[in-house]
Amino acid sequence: MTEMTNSSARPGRHLDVPRVAKDLVVTALIATAIFGSTIAFRTVSAAGGLGLTTRFDVAFYVIAAVVVGRLLLWIFFWSKPAGEPAVEIPAGIKSGFAHVAARLGKIFGPAMLIIALVFPFLPFTDRYLLDLSILILTYVMLGWGLNIVVGLAGLLDLGYVAFYAIGAYSYALLAQYFGFSFWMCLPLAGILAAFWGIILGFPVLRLRGDYLAIVTLAFGEIIRVVLLNWYKFTGGPDGLSGIPRPSFFGIPFNRGEDGFAEIFGLEYSSIHRIVFMYFLILALALITNFVTNRLRRLPIGRAWEALREDEIACRSLGLNTTSVKLTAFATGGMFAGFAGSFFATRQGFISPESFTFIESALILAIVVLGGMGSQVGVVIASIVMIGGFEVFREAEQYRMLIFGLAMVVIMIWRPRGLISTRIPSIFLKEKKAVSADMVSQGEGH
Amino acid sequence: MTATPLLEIRNVETYYGKIQALKGVTMEVKAGEIVTLIGANGAGKSTLMMTICGDPRAAAGQIIFDGQDITKLQTHEITRMRIAQSPEGRRIFPRMTVYENLIMGATTSDPAYFDEDLSRAFELFPRLKERRDQRGGTLSGGEQQMLAIARALMARPRLLLLDEPSLGLAPLVVKQIFEAIKELNDKDGLTVFLVEQNAYHALKLADRGYVMVNGNITMSGTGKELLASEEVRAAYLEGGAH
Repeated sequence: MTEMTNSSARPGRHLDVPRVAKDLVVTALIATAIFGSTIAFRTVSAAGGLGLTTRFDVAFYVIAAVVVGRLLLWIFFWSKPAGEPAVEIPAGIKSGFAHVAARLGKIFGPAMLIIALVFPFLPFTDRYLLDLSILILTYVMLGWGLNIVVGLAGLLDLGYVAFYAIGAYSYALLAQYFGFSFWMCLPLAGILAAFWGIILGFPVLRLRGDYLAIVTLAFGEIIRVVLLNWYKFTGGPDGLSGIPRPSFFGIPFNRGEDGFAEIFGLEYSSIHRIVFMYFLILALALITNFVTNRLRRLPIGRAWEALREDEIACRSLGLNTTSVKLTAFATGGMFAGFAGSFFATRQGFISPESFTFIESALILAIVVLGGMGSQVGVVIASIVMIGGFEVFREAEQYRMLIFGLAMVVIMIWRPRGLISTRIPSIFLKEKKAVSADMVSQGEGH
Repeated sequence: MTATPLLEIRNVETYYGKIQALKGVTMEVKAGEIVTLIGANGAGKSTLMMTICGDPRAAAGQIIFDGQDITKLQTHEITRMRIAQSPEGRRIFPRMTVYENLIMGATTSDPAYFDEDLSRAFELFPRLKERRDQRGGTLSGGEQQMLAIARALMARPRLLLLDEPSLGLAPLVVKQIFEAIKELNDKDGLTVFLVEQNAYHALKLADRGYVMVNGNITMSGTGKELLASEEVRAAYLEGGAH
C-alpha cells in the first residue's frame, strides 16, 4: 500500500485509491474462484480409488501474483492522465521502419515465391503441412480472384462463393454425366463461372455499395439453395462423391504399371499426388496473379480501377461502364470457377455445405484485411487467417472469438488493410507506392 | 464562324422523377465559339450539361451535334463523338496518378495521338508535368481542376463541356484556368461550352452567353451585351465584379 500512495503523490498522475482497492478485491475474488477450485484441490490415484490432496499454498501464490500484477498495471499503465498517448513512437523510428518495410516489400514477393516452390521438398514438410498449404493457396487464389471484383473494380461482392460452387459442381457434374477429365473440365468450369458472373452482373448494373452487397449475398444463397434442393441433378444435401482425381497430364497416380511412380522410376507413395495437387493450385494461383497484374496495365484494368474511384467520371470519359462491370464480374468469377474445380478434384466429394456464406465472408475478409487491391496483402492475410485457424484449433470454441478480436484490432490499427498502398500501373522512372491513407477516397466505395 | 451550329439544343425538357428541371431549353454553340451559360444555384445549368451527355436523358426535344441527332444515344456513344466533359466537382481519380488520369482521358481517342496530346496538355498546364507521378487526390484544388480539364482534352474533343471550373478555387487560380481556356480557343480553335456561377469572369471570356432561370433560358446575347445588361448586373454581378 505504501507503494501506491507514493505513486499517487507523483505530479500529473491520479490513482483513484478507493477504485483501485475495489478493483483489486474483485480481482482477488475472481482469481480465488478460478484457481481455488483448479489449483488448490488435486485428485491423485490412491489405492482403492481417487484421493484428494490440497495445495492451498500454491493457489495462494497464484492468486497473489494475479493481484500484484493487476496492482502494477494500475500503477504503471492505467494511472496516466487521460489524453496522453500510451507509447510515443519517435518520428525517426517511424520513418525508418517505413523505409525498411518498403525495402522488404521489394524482396517479399520473390522470396515468397521461392519458398512456395521448394516448400514440398523441405525436410519438415509432412502430409499435414502440405494439406494446409494447399488450403491456404486455394484461398490465396480465391482472394486474388475476388480482388479483381472488390479491390480493383470496387464492386462489393458478398456472394463470391457462388462462383466457387459453380466451378466445383461444373467439374463434378461434367465428370459424372459425361465422364470428362479434370483437364477438360477446368476451362469449362472457368467459362461457366464467368458466364454466371455476367448473369449476376446484369441485374446489379445500377447498384452500388450496400445495395450491391445485398444482391450479391442473395445470389450466393440462391446458388447454394438450388444445389441443395435440385436433388435429382446435384444430389442435394448428399452431395456428389467419387469425383475423379486429376492425372499427371494423363498419367494416373496409382500403383499400377502405367502409374506416375512407375513411369518416373520412383517408389510409389501417396504423397506424390498431394505434391502434384500443391503445384497445381500454386500454378493456378500464380496464373491468377499474373493475369491480374497484366490486366491492371491494360486499358480494361485501368478502367476497373477508374470505376472504383469514380463512376460518373468514367462515364464522362466515354467508358462503357456496363461492359467494364460485366468483365470484372466475369473475370473474378472465372478464377473462382478454376479454384472450384480444383477444390472438387482435391476433395473427391462436394456438397452445398462447403459453399455457405461464411466462405464468402472469409474470402472477403482476406481481401479487406490484406488491403483492397494489394496482391501481396492477400497472401499475407490468407496465411494469417487460414493458418491461424489451424494454429488456434486447440482453442476450440474460442477460435472465432480470437479471430473476431484480431480482425477488430487490425481494422483499428490499419483501417485500409495490411498493405494499403497502390502501386501505379504505369510510371516514368520508379515505382512510388503512396499509402492510401494519404489520399482521399474515391466515390466508388 | 460557320453558319451551322456545332451543337444545337431544341426545346429540351428533362425531369428528375416528377420534377421538371429543364422546361424547353433552346440554344446553340457554333464551331470555334466560347459560349457560357450562367445562372443561380439550381437553375438547371448542370442538368443541361448532363443531358447533353445523355444522363439524365431528355424527355422531349432534340440535341443535335454536328448535324446528327444524339438525343437517344448512350453516354459512351456520345463521348465517342468527341464531346468531352470536365464534370462538376472535378471528379478526378484520386488514387490514380496524374499520368494515369490522363491515360483514362484518352480512352476514346486514337492511341497514335497520345504522345502529342500529352505534351500539349503538359504545355498548357506545366504544373501537371511536375506532378506527373503524384496521386490525383494529393493535388491542390486548382491542380485538380487543371487535371480535370487536361483529362477532358486528352479525348481530342471537338466540343469541350466545362461544368463550373472555378468552383471552390482561389481568384488567382480561377484567372489562370480561364486564361488556359482562352488559349485553347484562340490557338486550337476549340469550341467551349462553359457553365459558370462566376458570371463576371465567364461573360468576359465568352463570345456569347445565355442566362438560365428555373429551367428556362431568359436572356441571351454576346458576352459584352450581357455584362452591360442591367438585369444581369443586378441578379448575378452585384458585388461579384472584382
